Amino acid sequence: MNPYNYLYLAGILFTIGAIGVVVRRNAIVVFMCVELMLNAANLSFVTFSRINGTLDGQVTAFFTMVVAACEVVVGLAIIVAIYRSRRSASVDDASLLKR
Amino acid sequence: MIIQTPEAVMFWILAPLSVIAALGMLLVKKAVHSALLLAWVMITLAIFYIAQEALFLGIVQIVVYTGAVMMLFLFILMLVGVDASDSLKETIPGLRPIAITAAIGFGGLLTALIGRATLGRDAVGLADANAAGNVQGLAALLFSDYVWPFEVISALLITAAMGAMVLAHHQRTVARPSQRQSSIARFRSGSLSTAAGLPGPGVFARHNAVDVPALLPDGTPAPTSISATLKARGDMLESGQFQLDVVDTTVAEEK
Amino acid sequence: MNTSSSIVYLIALPLFGAVALLLGGRRTDKWGHLLATAMSAGSFAVGIYQLMQMLGRSTEERAITQTLFSWISVGSFDIDAALLLDQLSICFVLLITGVGTLIHIYSISYMEHDENRRRFFAYLNLFIASMLLLVLGNSYLNLYVGWEGVGLASYLLIGFWNQKPAYATASKKAFVMNRVGDMGLSFAIMIAFATLGTTTFAGVAEASHHASEAALTAIGIMLVIAAAGKSAQFPLQAWLGDAMAGPTPVSALIHAATMVTAGVYLIVRSNFIFDAAPTAQLIVVIVGAITLIFGALIGTAKDDIKKALAASTMSQIGYMILGAGLGPAGYAFAIMHLLTHGFFKAGMFLGAGSVMHGMNDEVNMRKYGNLRKFMPITFVTFGLGYLAIIGVPPFAGFYSKDLLIETAFDAGGIKGPILGSITLLGAAITAFYMTRVMILTFTSKARWDENTHPHESPWLMWMPMAVLAVGSVTTGFLFTRGDALVNWLNPVFGDHGDHHSEHLFEPIVVSMMALTAVAIGVAIAFFKYQRADIPAVAPTQVSFFTRFARKDLGQDGFNEAVFMRPGQKLTSLLVKSDDRVVDGAVRGVGRLAISSGSWLRLSQTGFARSYAAFILIGAVALIAGIWVVTQ
Repeated sequence: MNPYNYLYLAGILFTIGAIGVVVRRNAIVVFMCVELMLNAANLSFVTFSRINGTLDGQVTAFFTMVVAACEVVVGLAIIVAIYRSRRSASVDDASLLKR
Repeated sequence: MIIQTPEAVMFWILAPLSVIAALGMLLVKKAVHSALLLAWVMITLAIFYIAQEALFLGIVQIVVYTGAVMMLFLFILMLVGVDASDSLKETIPGLRPIAITAAIGFGGLLTALIGRATLGRDAVGLADANAAGNVQGLAALLFSDYVWPFEVISALLITAAMGAMVLAHHQRTVARPSQRQSSIARFRSGSLSTAAGLPGPGVFARHNAVDVPALLPDGTPAPTSISATLKARGDMLESGQFQLDVVDTTVAEEK
Repeated sequence: MNTSSSIVYLIALPLFGAVALLLGGRRTDKWGHLLATAMSAGSFAVGIYQLMQMLGRSTEERAITQTLFSWISVGSFDIDAALLLDQLSICFVLLITGVGTLIHIYSISYMEHDENRRRFFAYLNLFIASMLLLVLGNSYLNLYVGWEGVGLASYLLIGFWNQKPAYATASKKAFVMNRVGDMGLSFAIMIAFATLGTTTFAGVAEASHHASEAALTAIGIMLVIAAAGKSAQFPLQAWLGDAMAGPTPVSALIHAATMVTAGVYLIVRSNFIFDAAPTAQLIVVIVGAITLIFGALIGTAKDDIKKALAASTMSQIGYMILGAGLGPAGYAFAIMHLLTHGFFKAGMFLGAGSVMHGMNDEVNMRKYGNLRKFMPITFVTFGLGYLAIIGVPPFAGFYSKDLLIETAFDAGGIKGPILGSITLLGAAITAFYMTRVMILTFTSKARWDENTHPHESPWLMWMPMAVLAVGSVTTGFLFTRGDALVNWLNPVFGDHGDHHSEHLFEPIVVSMMALTAVAIGVAIAFFKYQRADIPAVAPTQVSFFTRFARKDLGQDGFNEAVFMRPGQKLTSLLVKSDDRVVDGAVRGVGRLAISSGSWLRLSQTGFARSYAAFILIGAVALIAGIWVVTQ
């Protein structure tokens, strides 16, 4: 088996995450799908680092993780704020930018 | 480099499991179930990281991602409403087919590209890079080549924390009523029944369980003494079953 | 060639008069007419002076030029504003200023009761100045300026009483048909410059010796079109009858003596072109012959005295054009007929004006009759003009017309007898309708309306008529005594052999034939009109031919059907296509922007998920693109 199989897996996970972002309506579930996509990217970084024999990929994956953590913090705070004012966690209800 | 058999076996067991978990995360109705399935995917990924000699990263994945981030998700889910479940019926017309088609196209393209792509050499493996240890290797890179992004990331973390504080800040639009003002309000309200304030916790309690309501003087359960959730779920118990036996406290005639 | 510095005064005086009266406005109303007449007379005096000077010089030195300023200097196109005064132009100068001054004097009295008299005189002066520029220009381009100027003055004068819509329309019709002719002159100038490299008369004459016949034929045909437009020849003749809407002095000056002769001047001046292009010459002759008969036929059916005289003008100019098309032999005779015609036709028009003045501006001859008793001076002057035009010796028309008929017969080949017969026929018809005019107006029984008190005109009006009548009597004799005019004009046309080639008929035979034709015409008219009773209202039970002639031989109908209606259709088609296609395209762009905007707006659903779907699709497209590019 060669390491490229991990890349295939990462691709599949990314795709599933992409579908989830578009299909699900609960804001938090959408967020979780975004997290899944980030994780898939991380997996591919680590695999590339192994293939290339350098640790740069792992450093990048590390940074990605930190950024993802920050993003989760701020994003969930936003969701909570919206929920407080609108009493609804559905992504479709925040459609005031409609034409 | 060819991956050894043990790792291959592990991969071929865990990879389909993670895919199924991801699909399940997509398809289940309750959000909490999605969160748990995602946690499983993340653990699987941590195992993969460790298998690929990214030891530090694997541990960090469990501690930070699964431990902190997913728990944060679960907290927010609790806050927002655990029973808030999506109906899986699509409201925007045509979105689901488009999304599935696009995503399958995306996935197909990715797979094809990965299949065609090579990095121009065989996989090297991290034996040399990890010679001094994975953590030491990472540290060497992090504080030399990547020190500038490192500093920026720390600034980002601080900014994110401040952002969360700002967003969660509940600005009072009116001043908090002082004690005098709340007392005046109590006496000016419609009924004077609560003018003297509500009784403290436990005054009317019959039992010390959270799902046993307190009984008001007229024998009805007090609505504010039990969580509405429990009541709505039908987990509220009858106080009657905890009624104490009447203790004979009549004093015997002393002969 | 000698240069002079005084030629310009010929033009400058009337031009000053026109400008002064137009700019001066109402302040000049009291003495405007006198100033204009003085300017015209002054121009005549300068003309006489120039003639005296010219007579004193030897033949080679008679022509003089004056360069005023360099007008256009662009690349190889170098035109000066310059004047040329030679034997031909001096004839025209004297005709224009002489007859013009007489008509100015006449108009002082004729337009006495018109409040816009000053403006009328300004336009008259403008006309004189432009016509003089036309005949004095030394190049086709300078001539063109005068050409346009007389067209403008004609428009202003025909439509002088433009309160009446019919008169305004008539002036517009004249101007538009003139414009068609002007196109011909423009093309001629352009072709001349393109093929010969010059537009001055001297330059073109020089270059015509080496130029190709095709180029010269093209120029010639364009010049014929120009002449037809200005001189009311077939096919551009329809405007002359309607031009009688203007005051009678205008008809006398412009549409009898001067402007309509500009076409003849143009052709005669361009003799070097026509002599080298026989095809063009043939066209000239054909145009002249057709118009000759056309005008005569129309004249027989007109009851309006001015329109009858206009038709007569058309016919007489046909004679001149025919003469001009007969080559070197005919140029001088065409000019001679032009000069004599100027006298007697102007005199007759002024007489018609006098009759109208006495008959309350009535123009219908059926309402006239027996005016001989009441307007004797008018009768005499008009009668002398009448005798001149029909060609009774020894009056002017006899000499000039007979020489033209003789030259027509001598044209050679099959052309000669045909042209000669046409001219004889024309003479007969002319005699017929002019006699009809005389009888209906002067000698028949009175058929007046009530309250008509015909009276003789004041002396300011009959004095010019008398002078012109003297000219009608004497000029013919004077011009032919010793071949005076022919010899005078010979240097202009180049020495083209002698005119005494063999004649088809002896001159005396031709005169006999002409007089016979005239006598027949007079007799028919006499029996039809003098002996019989003339109905006061035009009879409607007339032959088809009479009706056709009353309708000007269908000229308006033809013009409308062939030119006007298709032109209108083309205009409306262009307007519609401009609106639908051009404006439609512009509007369509706007509509396209709006519709594409409202279609694109549909993507703003407000749903974050649809936006996410778009992102996904975009990502797919990007990756596919990268794959294709790195293929």
